[in-house]
Amino acid sequence: MNHDSYPDSYILQILREVRTIAMVGASPNWNRPSYFAMKYLQEKGYRVIPVNPAAAGETILGETCHASLKDIPVPVDMVDCFRNSAAIPPIAQEAIAIGAKVLWMQLGVRNDEAAARAEAAGLKVVMNRCPKIEFGRLSGEIGWMGVNTGVISSKRKKVVKS
Amino acid sequence: MSNRKPGFETLAIHAGAAPDPTTGARITPIFQTTAFVFDDVDHAASLFNLQAFGNIYSRLTNPTVSVFEERIAALEGGRAAVATASGHAAQLLAFHTLMEPGDEFLASRRLYGGSITQFSHSFRKFGWNVIFVDPDDPQNFARAMTPKCKAIFVESLANPGGIVCDIAAISEVAHAAGVPLIVDNTMASPWLCRPIEHGADIVIHSTTKFISGHGNSMGGVIVEAGKFDWSKGPRKYPALTEPTPSYHGLRFYETFGDMAFAVATRAVGLRDLGPTMAPLNAFLSLAGVETLPLRMERHCQNAQKVAEFLSKHPKVAWVSYAGLPGDKYHALARKYLPRGAGSVFTFGVKGGYETGVKLVESVELFSHLANIGDTRSLIIHPASTTHRQLSAEQLAAAGAGPDVVRLSVGIENVEDIIADLDQALAKG
Repeated sequence: MNHDSYPDSYILQILREVRTIAMVGASPNWNRPSYFAMKYLQEKGYRVIPVNPAAAGETILGETCHASLKDIPVPVDMVDCFRNSAAIPPIAQEAIAIGAKVLWMQLGVRNDEAAARAEAAGLKVVMNRCPKIEFGRLSGEIGWMGVNTGVISSKRKKVVKS
Repeated sequence: MSNRKPGFETLAIHAGAAPDPTTGARITPIFQTTAFVFDDVDHAASLFNLQAFGNIYSRLTNPTVSVFEERIAALEGGRAAVATASGHAAQLLAFHTLMEPGDEFLASRRLYGGSITQFSHSFRKFGWNVIFVDPDDPQNFARAMTPKCKAIFVESLANPGGIVCDIAAISEVAHAAGVPLIVDNTMASPWLCRPIEHGADIVIHSTTKFISGHGNSMGGVIVEAGKFDWSKGPRKYPALTEPTPSYHGLRFYETFGDMAFAVATRAVGLRDLGPTMAPLNAFLSLAGVETLPLRMERHCQNAQKVAEFLSKHPKVAWVSYAGLPGDKYHALARKYLPRGAGSVFTFGVKGGYETGVKLVESVELFSHLANIGDTRSLIIHPASTTHRQLSAEQLAAAGAGPDVVRLSVGIENVEDIIADLDQALAKG
């Protein structure tokens, strides 16, 4: 995968297939970006399970926060990383170990080595993107904020996920 | 469109719009409503906290207006846009996000007279202090730079004098100082000039002019390029990087990244100051912008012929049109406005103020009014109208001396346009 430019179809397929997302670095603080993304993705029908050792055992948006990916008792489809680029390799390793299908790194986060390892293990990888923004962009919702989605179509707006 | 990058003409018609998901309506409907229902209180909370995308109240967002915003963001090659009630409102909101009381900004002194007045007087009431700079030498901006400066503001093609700014050179000065470059692209329109490609960080329009194009709708827009790092430089942009008290400590740049300026300008500036674009104006402007490339082509062709005619007319002292080969700004126009030098320009009548007044009162096809960028040809004598609040010194600096007449050449038959000027000049 060319990580400088993802086709819309690649992102759309991920957002359609994924059901359960582990959010590493999720914050219990309502005004943090991770909280925004978690709440939005929940409203779109995803189950989002927070992972943050500093908040382990706490409840964030109705979900119990775990100390690590390995502590999550249910299958995880996608690991979404709200951590800096240098912190990614061990998270990628764990994502592979728990059988996640997608490794997603947030805006500003990119680690090509970890991405290559995850891809070699069969995972799809997205870097330097936000699933909330991508969902909003591909559904047209983010256009309500005047954002340039880059989508041109003569068809009714597609439903990203039902 | 799968793998093709759509061309400008395609974006002008399609960007931001899609058939209505409920009704299948192909043209963007006019959502003439003030407010939008919430699913429940939790949904309402998410919207108010900016955690969900959605409509609350048409002062903040409206589905017709947002199609227009995305359209212009796409045409300018920007990340996001915020529409406003007018071009002046766009300037007010852009500076409201960037400036704190006591801050300063540098502005070209070759600007639309209304902008000079807004910056010189009304902005000072907010404690925002403008320093005007001669834009012809980009280094003048470096020489005038101050520690409290938060932005540089220029017009790509200045109204009324036909002055072309060296956007790339001025953007280098701005970025070396750590401030964003704001370019008012009203006179050029994105069809003629794309300031973001030359280093602009924020582009502003009075969409009342060529973008809407038919003289029927007031409007403005602010486009964010999405490339400026608000947190890195020595200069502080607390409205973007610091916790926002009215959003419970939200930091816009951290949360919204490359669209933080646009989101903050909407969520704080538009919310609290309130100059919203009306849905009907957005609808009319959407219809107008679809033909922007075609109109601008004809505007420029007609303006070129009119400028050539005037430059040979015995009653005309000079013509300031960057499309003329001998013009001072011709080389810059070739670089920044390769498809044409626009259709608004000035010329000087022999005989000064009285002759200028006589000319604007003698035309029969041209409309004597204070606007530009209409399909109709327009004429004005700035010294007696748009620029009359300025001092004699400011008039000269703005290129609006007593002999100056400004034309906005329309897309009527060019022979008719020339004949009207010819008969009116004969009466002067």
